[in-house]
Amino acid sequence: MSEHKVFMIFQNTADAQPFISAFAQENSAATLDYQPGMVRIEGLGELGITQAVVSELAGREVNLQELHLTLISLSGNIDEDDDYFRITRH
Amino acid sequence: MAKKLNMRKRYELLTRGLGWEPTYQPKEKVFAQEAYEGIKITDWSKWEDPFRLTADAYWKYQAEKDKKLYAVMDSFAQNNAHLNLADASYVNALKLFIQGVSPLEYAAHRNFARLARQFSGEGAQIACQMQSIDELRHAQTQIHTISHYNKHFHGMHDPFHMFDRVWYLSVPKSYFDDASAAGPFEFITSVSFSFEYLLTNLLFVPFMSGAAYNGDMATVTFGFSAQSDESRHMTLGLEIIKFLLEQHEDNLPIVQGWIDKHFWRAYRLLGLVAMMQDYFLPESPMSWKEGWQIYFVENAGALFNDLARYGLRMPKYHEIATAEADHISHQVFGIFYNYIHAAAFNLGLPSEAKMNWLSEKYPDTFDKYYRPRMEMWAEMAKEGKRFFNMGLPQLCQVCQIPMGFTEIAKGEPMQVAYRVSEFRGDKFHTCSDGCKDIFDHEPEKYVNAWLPVHQIFQGNCGGATVPDVLAWYHFHPEDGGDYAGSADEARWKAMKGTAASSTAAAKTAPADAA
Repeated sequence: MSEHKVFMIFQNTADAQPFISAFAQENSAATLDYQPGMVRIEGLGELGITQAVVSELAGREVNLQELHLTLISLSGNIDEDDDYFRITRH
Repeated sequence: MAKKLNMRKRYELLTRGLGWEPTYQPKEKVFAQEAYEGIKITDWSKWEDPFRLTADAYWKYQAEKDKKLYAVMDSFAQNNAHLNLADASYVNALKLFIQGVSPLEYAAHRNFARLARQFSGEGAQIACQMQSIDELRHAQTQIHTISHYNKHFHGMHDPFHMFDRVWYLSVPKSYFDDASAAGPFEFITSVSFSFEYLLTNLLFVPFMSGAAYNGDMATVTFGFSAQSDESRHMTLGLEIIKFLLEQHEDNLPIVQGWIDKHFWRAYRLLGLVAMMQDYFLPESPMSWKEGWQIYFVENAGALFNDLARYGLRMPKYHEIATAEADHISHQVFGIFYNYIHAAAFNLGLPSEAKMNWLSEKYPDTFDKYYRPRMEMWAEMAKEGKRFFNMGLPQLCQVCQIPMGFTEIAKGEPMQVAYRVSEFRGDKFHTCSDGCKDIFDHEPEKYVNAWLPVHQIFQGNCGGATVPDVLAWYHFHPEDGGDYAGSADEARWKAMKGTAASSTAAAKTAPADAA
């Protein structure tokens, strides 16, 4: 099972919240592990978010590359464009 | 008006078609380091860019990160927020960090600038340029953040001088010098993949979470700010490996050899982090072993499963590193407990509560092997016989750590491990099969190692006595020793109003902070 594990780690801050919530909302199987100052979002095979959902959650037009401001770490292969961001491992 | 370009197109325009075929000089002279390691690149345009961050976006986001960080640092200083720490003994983790890690950031800055110049592919050049700037930012923000602590505590006054001379700092220095002295492809495999992709989470994530747990918000912010760049660096590390393996099948054995070597070297260096995580943090969010399980065993397992399609396997001796996860922090602590009088940080035996935490986190080893040792040391100290090792230890010729590791994988955790190689009629000692393999593969390189103990005996380190050598390190007498009774402890108690005399503490303020 763990062979396909992917994760994203964000700072647990207000700026990161739309991203964290979007990962939780758009990946129903993802688990969220809160540690001091941070949250680790873990999934199997794939985790992804879309610009529309992040913007909806933030209440403004979000550029997905803003995730660089609060991202701490990740594991998986990145696939990104203007309207989506995902990490995969199959 | 023309339609806005999408991310792929924007990035492609930044990273492709900017190079040219040189005509004044042959290409192999312009990129003179690209061929000698035996790596074969047939088509640089096949390089897949890690994050598609264009230059304008890069500067915008980096500026925003710095703005946030400096706002936190300002308010930290204004509010004297060091007083909110769980305990001043926590600051010893910062001392080790500024002495041993920040100089690595600066060395990485220099080396990625070299790579940006030496790789002929534009995609790789851009990624290395950005990383070079990131690493300089990390060194600077770490120095700025920790400078606040330097006003109040000892041991943080001259880290770059110390890094080039001090016995325990030769461990990170020699690892990085080893990579820096290699060609560009070995360097990037070492630092971007073996260190950053495989192991850097173990350094930054639990460390910074630990900082948050202990009330150090300034360090949390610089750490996480640096780590946001690190995510980009890790993807560069993964990309370079995939790229090299896709370019030519002859690259596989070379790359595998580098991964094996630099995994072991970086792992040995992280022994210092293991000690820090289990013994320096008054409140620990996660043990070394738990971190190893999540960030190495699970994460690297998934990664190498992914890379198996290229014929790559897990780094050699990874199972030994995993077996050692039950022991390594306790063994490194033991080494430093012996020599803390010659260090620029303080250390104390763990409290009863801390030992109970260690028992819980290390149920198979702590009570059996290490608690009795701690209790004996505590007993000796109580009787006025605190044990300091006044001899100089034998160092591993490769990792440069005193030879204190044991035969854990052989099921003899109390037997110190020694390996011997002969080269040109001399004997060279290493601490493990991992380090011995590295030595035997390139003995010409490692016989030149600058070993601090040998250098002291040869008279190259300021003199023949401990105070002479410590002065040459730019240590002050109050920088090292046990935390109990230290100048830092006295000052902390004075600041917190728990000691009778604040004037006594003021006298012990670090001279360089004035």
